[in-house]
Amino acid sequence: MQTRLKDELHQILGNKGLLHTPEDLAVYGYDGTFVEAQPDIVVLPETTEQVSQIVKLAADARNPIVPRGMGSGLAAASVPFPAGGIVLCLTRMNHILEIDTENSTVLAEAGVVTADLQSSVEKLGLFYPPDPSSIRHSTIGGNVACNAGGPRCLKYGVTGDYVLGLTVVLADGRILKTGGKPIKDVTGYDLTGLFTGSEGTLGIVTEVLLRLITKPQYFKTALAEFGLLVDASRTVNAILAAGIVPASLELMDQTAIRCIEEAMHLDLNTEIEASLIIETDGNDEQAVIREIEACARICQQSGAGSVKMAQSEAERNALWKARRSMAPSLARKAPNKLGEDITVPRSAIPEIVQRLRRISEKYGLPIVIFGHAGDGNLHPNILFDKRQPEQWAKVEQMVGEIFDASLSLGGTLSGEHGVGVLKRPYLERALGSVSIEIQRNIKHALDPLNILNPGKMFPE
Amino acid sequence: MDLLANIEKPGETDYLNCIRCGLCLAVCPTYREYLNEISGPRGRVALARKSMEGELELSPNLLKQMNACFACLACNEICPVGIRPAELTLAMRYVQEQIKPTDWKQRLFGGLISHPGRMETATLPLRLYEGSGIRKLIYKFGLLRILPSQIRDLEAMLPHLPQRPLRQVLPEKTEPYGESRYRVGFFLGCAQNLLFAEESKATVRVLRRNGCTVITPMDVQCCGMPARGFGRLDLVRAQAKHNIATFEKANVDIVITDCATCGSTLKDYKELLRDEAEWGARARAFSARVQDISEFLSQIPLEKPGGKVEARVTYHDPCHLRRGQKVWQQPRDLLSLIDGLDYIELPEADWCCGSAGSQLITHYETSTKVMDRKLDNLVGTGAQIIASGCPGCQMQLNTAIHRRGLEVRVVHPVTLLDEAYEAENADKIKG
Repeated sequence: MQTRLKDELHQILGNKGLLHTPEDLAVYGYDGTFVEAQPDIVVLPETTEQVSQIVKLAADARNPIVPRGMGSGLAAASVPFPAGGIVLCLTRMNHILEIDTENSTVLAEAGVVTADLQSSVEKLGLFYPPDPSSIRHSTIGGNVACNAGGPRCLKYGVTGDYVLGLTVVLADGRILKTGGKPIKDVTGYDLTGLFTGSEGTLGIVTEVLLRLITKPQYFKTALAEFGLLVDASRTVNAILAAGIVPASLELMDQTAIRCIEEAMHLDLNTEIEASLIIETDGNDEQAVIREIEACARICQQSGAGSVKMAQSEAERNALWKARRSMAPSLARKAPNKLGEDITVPRSAIPEIVQRLRRISEKYGLPIVIFGHAGDGNLHPNILFDKRQPEQWAKVEQMVGEIFDASLSLGGTLSGEHGVGVLKRPYLERALGSVSIEIQRNIKHALDPLNILNPGKMFPE
Repeated sequence: MDLLANIEKPGETDYLNCIRCGLCLAVCPTYREYLNEISGPRGRVALARKSMEGELELSPNLLKQMNACFACLACNEICPVGIRPAELTLAMRYVQEQIKPTDWKQRLFGGLISHPGRMETATLPLRLYEGSGIRKLIYKFGLLRILPSQIRDLEAMLPHLPQRPLRQVLPEKTEPYGESRYRVGFFLGCAQNLLFAEESKATVRVLRRNGCTVITPMDVQCCGMPARGFGRLDLVRAQAKHNIATFEKANVDIVITDCATCGSTLKDYKELLRDEAEWGARARAFSARVQDISEFLSQIPLEKPGGKVEARVTYHDPCHLRRGQKVWQQPRDLLSLIDGLDYIELPEADWCCGSAGSQLITHYETSTKVMDRKLDNLVGTGAQIIASGCPGCQMQLNTAIHRRGLEVRVVHPVTLLDEAYEAENADKIKG
């Protein structure tokens, strides 16, 4: 890194916001994946103005910038890959600027932890539904940059469905404000939508204006256990076909259940092949109860051995805590895991489950299946040992086949994790060359110097 | 890597198995204050791994990060993979001390803290400070104002000091008030002996009231936690062996402590001595006997106090009790036994208070930031009393309350139980 650039950054940020010791650089080279690469320097700005000044300096010096929140991403989108550049960490921009109860909106800086944002608005009777599993260790800015999902998205939609407006620092340092409090807005292109899910490649989101809804008062949560995985996957569609839209409808296969049990000791039945966690919610208690009971009946008709209702808020919390720990707890089973998040039309869930099992059998490595089955979003996790080269080679082939299976059923590569570094090689297969070219053009229009999170999203 | 050749290193699984999910960041008190990866468990684990694998040097900055952990154990508890980042930072501190032992640590933990008699002599000035009335005068004339804030805060930490250490007052064997139903050992910790003697006296009274013959071996040493925090695992092991042997002679089935930190360390002896041939089994037997006072009282038919303590009370979970020993319901149950108490749950009750033993001395800035968060929550409850069964937490809370000029009493939950019994006695005398 050029000394002059470092000095100029120091003028903006002081000692506190500029990190450059070998130890600092070592801990800003990773996210929630196994990909790792060291930045040249790390900056922790506290205002949009500072971000703008940093980007201007970086643009002048042609130095890449990799934006980042708490680094919980699962696609290596915030890893300074291949190496070098400035990691711009937004965790210290963590103020909730306004909660507007009359219009039901919240304006927050990008670094606010999503769970903190939720609890702040819930104190006022409002509700921000998106609930990625990383809800306590990811930031709202990161959620917007990846258009994060979560279990509740089945009923309530994903992060992007709640973003009304953004403050974005562009690649030349200009500050762009998009959207606003009106719910309807067709004035010009939907730039808010363009930046949402752009993984920091088009601009750096520093403030987020979100739409809120009224907090549902009643929840009912059930755990349905199935002797056969295929029955569980069919039940998902049976419930939705019956006209019920649960808030969440989560599937876990046997390995997933066993991992959770090992990590959390919830007394789960580990002999069955699959479970569904079903939650209904709303403001009419009787309706919420009717819906969960209807779900329970459908489960029993579709082959569930037992359906248990959470009897208290503590039981419900334990179940969701377990579900959120699902992916990381897999590490108890194998040294490494590669988690995908393919999403298929929900009618194809039983078929994709079968295909995933065949891929696992073919290569002899376990694939754990769990995920937000209700919206077709599954997390097949391949368990392996990276130190064994032949296993790693197999994993790469398996990933290709998993993606092919999803695409052939009308599905997509990623429902919520994003492309980052890891899914770049498969992007063309999923989108086709025309789409890629258009997207490259958009990238070039907004970031002609290619300094914003280069090396991400697009195939090499 | 010659430096690392012949020393005891952390277990590989505690750094190799980290999958970097980031869950630990959500619960780490130091991360939540600085919002910088290096101040959180995941960053510390990455640094430990890189240094053990030779990718990074064991630089002063790297070791500083290992010492910055409050060892509140929140990361250990939340880690879905089951690794223990807090233990890893302690193990790394031991690595540091093996490579380059710090002289003052040997003198402090080996020479002074391992010897209760020397500790009592060394802390005499503190007791004189209180006993002579100087402390009262200093408060009366507001003389503390002229001191730097850290010194002022350290002064405020101190409870009302006993005139004599409890070890010099309490007999080896204390008979119950009525018939003896249990014979229990009492581990008198350093802080309880030197600073919180009144609380441990209350603990012993409550035990006597409930049918316990209390055996208090006077030859115990420090439980070892301070030395552990400063990386001298070797001294901890020596102290552990001494204490195990002492209690073997006392011939008791249960060893009770009213200090959360002592309790968690004593229960951990089985891990600390696991690999030592002769001691492994003895340590397992000893650790299995150890119980926190609230744990013990919740298992016996406890006499409900007839007297009242009228106040709004809340409870702070000491890290070493809530996570170190999984004891959290029992102290709350004890409080619910006392008539007149209006209990209100403290938000984030199990969030570290920032004491972490000596962080107010060694990491003043971070410690006070963490403490502020606790105090904001305390103020919200409107409680007049905050109960917590840990001398470290109590001192930290005292400091925080003093800083804000609040009128909140900090007390051990068992002391409140004792007061309710005493109130009953007083009623009887009056009646």
